[in-house]
Amino acid sequence: MSPLGHFSQSEAPSLSGHRSPFVLTSFCTEDNVLECRSYINQEVSSLGLRAVWTPTDGPAELNVVAVLNSLYELIQLHRQGLRALDDMEVERQRSASNTELLQLSNTRLKGQLELSKRENTSLLEKERQLQLKVKNLQSCLKNEKEEVQRLQNIIASRASQYNHDMKRKEREFGKLKERLNQLLVDKKEKKQAMEVLNYVERADGKRSMWKTGRTEARHEGEVYRTLLSDYDARQRELVLENSEQRKVLQQMKRDMVSLLRGSKPARREETPGDPQTQVRGEGDSEDSEEVFESSCVDAREKLTNSIRLKWRKLKSHMERLDSQASLVQAGEGAEPDAVPLETHGQEMERLKLEIQQCKDFIHSQQQLLQQRLTSPCEEEEAAAIPPGSPMQGEGGRPGERGRLGEDWRALEEQRTHFEKERKTFTEAAIRLSHERMMFEEDRATWLKHQFLHWTPFTDQNQPEMTEGEQEAASVFSPECLPGSPSPETSSSPRCQALQTQSTADPYRSLPPSPESRYR
Amino acid sequence: MNFSEIFKQSNQLCRISPDGRYLATCVQYRLVVRDVNSLQILHLYTCLDQIVHMEWSSDSLFILCAMYKRGLVQVWSLEQPDWHCKIDEGSIGLVSSRWSPDGRHILNTTEFHLRVTVWSLCTKAVSYIKYPKACQKGIDFSRDGSYMALAERRDCKDYVSVFVCEDWHLLRHFETETQDLAGLEWSPNGCVLAVWDSCLEYKVLLYSLDGRLLSSFSAYEWSLGIKSLAWSPSSQFLAIGSFDEKVRILNHITWKKITEFEHPATICSPKTVRLHIITRNVCPTDEISQPPFQIPVVKPDLDRANPKVGVSSLAFSADGRYLATKNDNMASVVWVWNMQKMSLEAVLEQTAAVRCFQWDPRRPRLALCTGTPRLYLWSPAGSVSVQVPSEGGFQVHALSWHSNGDSLVLIGKEHLCLCYMDTEDKSTDSNIWTK
Repeated sequence: MSPLGHFSQSEAPSLSGHRSPFVLTSFCTEDNVLECRSYINQEVSSLGLRAVWTPTDGPAELNVVAVLNSLYELIQLHRQGLRALDDMEVERQRSASNTELLQLSNTRLKGQLELSKRENTSLLEKERQLQLKVKNLQSCLKNEKEEVQRLQNIIASRASQYNHDMKRKEREFGKLKERLNQLLVDKKEKKQAMEVLNYVERADGKRSMWKTGRTEARHEGEVYRTLLSDYDARQRELVLENSEQRKVLQQMKRDMVSLLRGSKPARREETPGDPQTQVRGEGDSEDSEEVFESSCVDAREKLTNSIRLKWRKLKSHMERLDSQASLVQAGEGAEPDAVPLETHGQEMERLKLEIQQCKDFIHSQQQLLQQRLTSPCEEEEAAAIPPGSPMQGEGGRPGERGRLGEDWRALEEQRTHFEKERKTFTEAAIRLSHERMMFEEDRATWLKHQFLHWTPFTDQNQPEMTEGEQEAASVFSPECLPGSPSPETSSSPRCQALQTQSTADPYRSLPPSPESRYR
Repeated sequence: MNFSEIFKQSNQLCRISPDGRYLATCVQYRLVVRDVNSLQILHLYTCLDQIVHMEWSSDSLFILCAMYKRGLVQVWSLEQPDWHCKIDEGSIGLVSSRWSPDGRHILNTTEFHLRVTVWSLCTKAVSYIKYPKACQKGIDFSRDGSYMALAERRDCKDYVSVFVCEDWHLLRHFETETQDLAGLEWSPNGCVLAVWDSCLEYKVLLYSLDGRLLSSFSAYEWSLGIKSLAWSPSSQFLAIGSFDEKVRILNHITWKKITEFEHPATICSPKTVRLHIITRNVCPTDEISQPPFQIPVVKPDLDRANPKVGVSSLAFSADGRYLATKNDNMASVVWVWNMQKMSLEAVLEQTAAVRCFQWDPRRPRLALCTGTPRLYLWSPAGSVSVQVPSEGGFQVHALSWHSNGDSLVLIGKEHLCLCYMDTEDKSTDSNIWTK
């Protein structure tokens, strides 16, 4: 606490509110000299200096010498303090600059440390790689050593074999030399001879023949005949084998086709109609090719290619079924899968009903056509008979004949008229059959359409359809149509898009998981 | 199964005639001809020296007896016991003697393989063939007897000559690309000749009957190569056994390897393989083990020449369905392979090294012997092991089937015995076959 504050609290109530230690003018006035004197005394003695006033000096007087001394001491003290302050300032500055220096060096060293750490890691990395290399080289070395060992073993065994053979040959050579010596020495030479009581017949009873060019040619012929017969036999076997295998392949193809076709109703989401029609179409075209088999390379290749294609389809189908089965087993898709089953069943029922109705319609059309065709014939017959019977009957008087002639002419006219009608009717029938075919095609595409894009949710937005579809739609009650088609097929009119879709598209356009469909 | 009494023989020379009616044996310098069924002695011939080689002619009318030391060959006739024929090779020596397929010519190979002399029993004609090669199998006749292939060596090169056996006319003569030809063998259909190199180089060359090189096969280089070779009866497959303990099967269409059979010391996998073991018990029984099997291996001394390692014996069954092999460092084991499945069918382990095995000429039945008094038979239905009844301990060293597959000749060191199979249907006889 500053002495002034202390003073203001304890002894000088007459002081002003100024607390600033540098304002000293209002400390001592003429009134409070004594108090100031004692205060100063106290302060000075507390500072360790000589007292300013001692009671021996007199009550109201100041010892000027003591005061000057203490003043001088105070000034010294102050100077010391200032010096100390300066020193401390200097010190402070020095330490501040030291600190700065240290901080700089710190950052520099940190940077260096970072660098060296990085270097260290890179060196470690290099070392690791080198160690790997060393390991590799060591294993290579081991392999090479083993190889060398193996080759040495081989060389050793070959060398022993060679030595063995050499020794054997040398022994034989020695024997030969001995024999030669013996023969040179030997005087009587025993010749080869054969003694036989009588010569025997040949085993096949024939007489031996002279060696002529003809026999040689015969031998050659025999050789080639043997070879040819062997090749023939082999070729026959191979042809048999080939045909067997081709039959097996055909059977396999048929089975695959039926499998793929049969798998269509069972498959819920992925039902591309195109492969089916493709399969059917291919099957038809290739059944006819079975006739031109064996030597035709193209037919062979086509068969194998078609088998490969179908096998791939079957494989992908099986994989999809497996994935479906796994999904079902996972249990997550249990709920959404249960719902489509029911709706699928309903759809199937509905489609069956539609098919039945179509059939009935076609049947009725057929009947009508039949009636139309038969009725002109009856009329024709009816028209044909009257001229015959009166002619066959009585001779006819001229009047009657004239009347009959008129009748005949009229009936002829009717007949030609009916002919024309029949012609138009047949044309109409042909047209109708054409239209029926068109209708069938449209129906097929529409069914395909249904299978591809059906959802349990009905949507009021009816997409644009062709005339055929509209006809079909008008005959049958339009059912719920797919409301949310796949994005890829919504760009163009769906029927045409479906017709032009290749086999791959339905697979591509289908969403990857069943859940996403039924949102 | 009946066994005949034990007869004496020498040099393991016991042969049944090709028509299956007679059994010829040699006892020192005598040739004894017996009836196969009654074993009565029908003829007895005496030769001039100890018989070293004896062979029936193909029509079973003549027997040749060769005495190499004396350089003599004597031919005896069955129809006319008085008839005799003696071929004396003189100073030129005799190393081997054999019949030609027509049964009227004898081919004698002189000492040092200087030449092959073809003696005729019908005419005075004598033919000579120069430079025959001294190798493992230098001469082979085709199965129908029309052609003979002979290996020759001239000027350090190997040649093959093909002769027409009818008149010994040289049909073809061509050089082979072998380093050192070791053998040649006709295929059973007579259209292909397999020629193989010595064990220092693994190489098989396949020549057509008219001398064209069809194909060449080499499995590996440098290591010791082919040890044995066998054609399948249908000529479809060529089995090659080599020193690396493997058998490679080539097919007759592409002459490429279609499979290889390994002979490992431990068989782990297949459930279908049965290991048939003959145990050392007092009453030896046939044991069937479960895989994995451990095969006893004898490590061969690789420093010596022709080490006892590698597949040395191969035999196809008569129907070509099975192949029996023996690996020399597992000498007590015979491996039976199924050629239809191209896999191991059975492993037959014996107490001692297998000396000889041979397939029944009629059915897939394998007979093998190990130098013990037992005869061992295997068939797909099962296997059976029979003791040869004898007082003196008859050790079976070799065996040979009768051509009708109903009896076996068991040849010991100095004796022989005939074994007659039951002629009833084996598949219904479940008593003796153990599965």
